[in-house]
Amino acid sequence: MTIMTNDEEIVGTRPAHRRVKLGVRKVSKTFRIRSEDGKTQTHLNVLRDISFDVEENEIVSLIGESGCGKTTLLRIVQGLMRHDAGAIEVDGHAVSGPGRDRGFVFQQASLLPWRTAQSNVEFGLEIQGVDPKIRAERAKQLLRLVGLDQAATRYPHELSGGMQQRIGLARAMAIDPSILLMDEPFSALDAQTREVLQRELLRIQADAKTTILFVTHDLDEAIYLSNRIVVLGARPGRVKEIIDVPFAGERPDLPVLRGSPEFQEIRQHIWQLIGNQSMPAHT
Amino acid sequence: MKQSTMTQTTEATLATAPDTEVEELVLNKPTRRYWAVRMISIFTVLLAWEVLGRQVDPLFIAWPTQIGAAAIDMIHSGELVGAFLESMKTLTLGFVLASIVGIALGLVIGRYRYVDASTDWLVNALYATPLVAITPLVILWFGLGFQAKLFIVFILAVFPVLINTASGVRNVAPHLVDVGVAFAANERTIFLKIILPAAVPFMMTGIRLGVGRAIIGMVVAEFFTAINGLGALIIKYGNQFETAAMFVPILSLMLMGVVYTAIAMRFERWVAPWRFTDSD
Repeated sequence: MTIMTNDEEIVGTRPAHRRVKLGVRKVSKTFRIRSEDGKTQTHLNVLRDISFDVEENEIVSLIGESGCGKTTLLRIVQGLMRHDAGAIEVDGHAVSGPGRDRGFVFQQASLLPWRTAQSNVEFGLEIQGVDPKIRAERAKQLLRLVGLDQAATRYPHELSGGMQQRIGLARAMAIDPSILLMDEPFSALDAQTREVLQRELLRIQADAKTTILFVTHDLDEAIYLSNRIVVLGARPGRVKEIIDVPFAGERPDLPVLRGSPEFQEIRQHIWQLIGNQSMPAHT
Repeated sequence: MKQSTMTQTTEATLATAPDTEVEELVLNKPTRRYWAVRMISIFTVLLAWEVLGRQVDPLFIAWPTQIGAAAIDMIHSGELVGAFLESMKTLTLGFVLASIVGIALGLVIGRYRYVDASTDWLVNALYATPLVAITPLVILWFGLGFQAKLFIVFILAVFPVLINTASGVRNVAPHLVDVGVAFAANERTIFLKIILPAAVPFMMTGIRLGVGRAIIGMVVAEFFTAINGLGALIIKYGNQFETAAMFVPILSLMLMGVVYTAIAMRFERWVAPWRFTDSD
């Protein structure tokens, strides 16, 4: 990422000597829900006082049982949804509403079906009014990065689910955001493709020095990808614990990693935090 | 096996096909086989029509060879070509107008809730009304000429285009709109770059549905005005009890409908290929 701010004040909010790219500050969200008979309204606390940071060049995962509001939180960070209280700060500036400083990767790739792969990657730049030559250049560069430069002229329906998700990633990265927000991007893929893409994401992240906030319900995925994991509890959604993942730098592949005792330990710990029967621990 | 009539060669192809095809062609075979069956079916029906038709009083029915002869006569006299072009002119112009107006109004109705709420009752009522019923009134307004026919074709074809376009705009997948919002596009850009292209396949469906209604409108209008066009020819030869000659414009209309619908479907696939990946 080429965005540079010399805002030294931001550094130092955490002991690490890294810039805070995203600050989530006491964010709360309430949904109004009509009762079954339609007469009364009840308030559902979806998120309460959520606070955490994402630092430069870091992957942070949001994990929690379904209904804990992790996708809601991610949509709030992107500006697709409004929050009731608290603040979202990107590069130290409070933001409200969508912006070019954040790139979003959707759960289903959500490519525009009438556009070629390259044209999809160019979409964000096109909206910003970037010169066609420059954005074509940039799109090609990103297609190369995600390993799909051969597929530039193909349409989404001619691409596999995994390829579509790579294009979705390239599209979000094309606008050179401060932070990438990824909403369960691999959950719709088959297990093998998912592992390939997880590995790819780590490679791309190392190459491009990207900062990522990643929502998932897959414990293994969270541990494998993240530097830190924010575990959310449900009803109301709140931060239960923020866990540092010790496998820094070069990681072995997931199947190898899965066998390691540290991995098992973290997995067990998160699983107990969530306490959800639908996510049984590996044995 | 090497005899040269059509049915026998097709059967021969069918019989030998499994052995002679290379493996990669296997996928194509069913389609070819269906086409062969289709040809046999067409040939059989025509043959049966020819044989049975000759048994009946020629006032009530004509048979294929007789119709063919009548067609050749009518082509030589220039009558058929003239009527065909006249009908095509009405149909094409009325239909193009209906498509343009239908798409324009459909976009406005689909986009603005208030416009929708104030017009949907009228649109639905008019769409449900068999509008050929107002033909006598239209003739009062415009006379027996080209304008009356044009209006009827237009009014019949415009509603399917309009309704489908509006529903296309209204039913754009929310996750696609989200893409625009997430990339901080303004409302106008979202409409132009996401909602509009997403609605194009719906417009094409409306156009395809409109074709059939446009042809009906054209024929009915020509029945009433009975001055020119294929509809007028049908009335003319019907009144003269020349059944074979009457079948010629009927079959021309059939051809026109088939060709127009096929073109519309091709166009639909060409414009929105992603909608047809499952059926391909």
